[in-house]
Amino acid sequence: MQEFVEFTLGGVSTGMIYAAIALSLVLIWRGTRILNYSQGGMAMFTAYIALIVINHTGNYWLGFAVALASGLVLGAVLERTVIRQVASKAPMNAVIVTIGLLIFLEGLAGIIYGGSFRSFPPAFSIGGLSLGSIALGITRNDLFTAAAVLAAAIVLGLVFRFTSVGLRMRATAFNSSVARLLGVRVGRVLTLGWALAGLLGALAGMLVTPTTFLYPNSMDAIFVLGFTAAVIGGLESPVGAVVGGLILGVVLSYVGGYLGSQLVDIFGLAALVVVLMVRPSGLFSTTATRQV
Amino acid sequence: MSKAAALATDDVVAGYGGVEVLHGVSISAAAATITTVLGANGAGKTTLLRTIGGIVRPRSGRILLDGVDLARRRPEDVARAGVAHVPEGQGVIIELTVEENLRLGGLLRPGGERAAALADAYQRFGMLADRRRRAAGTLSGGERQILVIARALMSAPRVLLLDEPSLGLAPKIVAQVMDLIRQLRDDAGLTVVLVEQNARSALAIANRGIVLNVGKVVAEDDGAALAADVGLRRHYLGF
Repeated sequence: MQEFVEFTLGGVSTGMIYAAIALSLVLIWRGTRILNYSQGGMAMFTAYIALIVINHTGNYWLGFAVALASGLVLGAVLERTVIRQVASKAPMNAVIVTIGLLIFLEGLAGIIYGGSFRSFPPAFSIGGLSLGSIALGITRNDLFTAAAVLAAAIVLGLVFRFTSVGLRMRATAFNSSVARLLGVRVGRVLTLGWALAGLLGALAGMLVTPTTFLYPNSMDAIFVLGFTAAVIGGLESPVGAVVGGLILGVVLSYVGGYLGSQLVDIFGLAALVVVLMVRPSGLFSTTATRQV
Repeated sequence: MSKAAALATDDVVAGYGGVEVLHGVSISAAAATITTVLGANGAGKTTLLRTIGGIVRPRSGRILLDGVDLARRRPEDVARAGVAHVPEGQGVIIELTVEENLRLGGLLRPGGERAAALADAYQRFGMLADRRRRAAGTLSGGERQILVIARALMSAPRVLLLDEPSLGLAPKIVAQVMDLIRQLRDDAGLTVVLVEQNARSALAIANRGIVLNVGKVVAEDDGAALAADVGLRRHYLGF
């Protein structure tokens, strides 16, 4: 029983990281119908920037803020300079371009920072928490991870639901040509979508890197699992992305705990294949309502 | 015509890819009038509206709103200049609620005016007030047409471009929509450019009628005069 609680709580914590990546992919997918394969690479790059700031200033939270800000800027700049050129072309062009961006960012990180594994500081203590004499199997940092992603998702949800900017973003996602006719500057909305996705990716990078070390490919595996979470959620739905992340995190935690940690990655990939085979539109897809 | 044209096109040439659809079209719509653009399928009516609305870029010619040239501006900038374009069919965003659709239309107004504009819309269109929390996709065809017109009005436009508002609607609903368009002109002083396949209904409310055929203006006159011209009706308007 105690093991079960440990695995569940640990799974929730890692699941929230997948959820952050999934959310960033959903934001971009809804706006531009592009799957951003460079999302992990962008997150890795901002983590390097954060590490430099932290090492120079000794201030973790300054590095954290700089990472989020640079994710925001990186997302906006990539959308304006690269993505806008391919957004109106055949879908395969965008696929190739974002994969190219991933390789570019990973190569650039290797050139600038080298390929060695660097340890990365967590926000809070990674000593295990316990309730009375029972160890819970999670740390203060895990709690922070879950809370940070949950807070980001809630803020995003509130912005979508209750603000003018959110209304413009949703209108653009659902029907950009009608949004344009109503005076929505769709180009700016898409840039904003990429910027927010960059910020979420940077958040995920800050949260996950303490457990993986930092190196140019350090986000690759996390990206695949975040992508799987997004697919489980249906790629369209922000709520689906968070729930998909949680489901995947908990299931993989049980797999790692009960069956062996070497099986985690293979189960993650198997889950992706099974979802795409059985229910390619995801568990929370809203696209069915669009068949007018 | 004594009144200055609120909206005019001057020798507009436009098309898609290698195909030229409009071969030099000049129309003018006086302020606070309904100008209907008629013609058979493929005459270029929708292309003309799409060109005015900025969706299709004209190859040459001018599009004048109160004397300012809007040609080659993007759709969102044309909307911001005060031209509300209600496209043919599918104009509502079905995933958003009725109220969100309306709020979206009002975003061009200063923040302080939006709540009042929404209240006005609900007062004028009680049906929408009753359905404000429902997804727009649950509305009937007629209700959707009312919604898109109400949404266009939320921006307080100077000119309203309507593309086939009667398409797919039952005759009774068509009459209601036409009546609404007439009210907007008479009560609110709105300038309307109405593209219609349903020439009889459109001419019944229009001040001026323009007949397009294969991308050229072939007739232009007062609405009543066009409706009375038997040869023209038989040739181009089909009633």
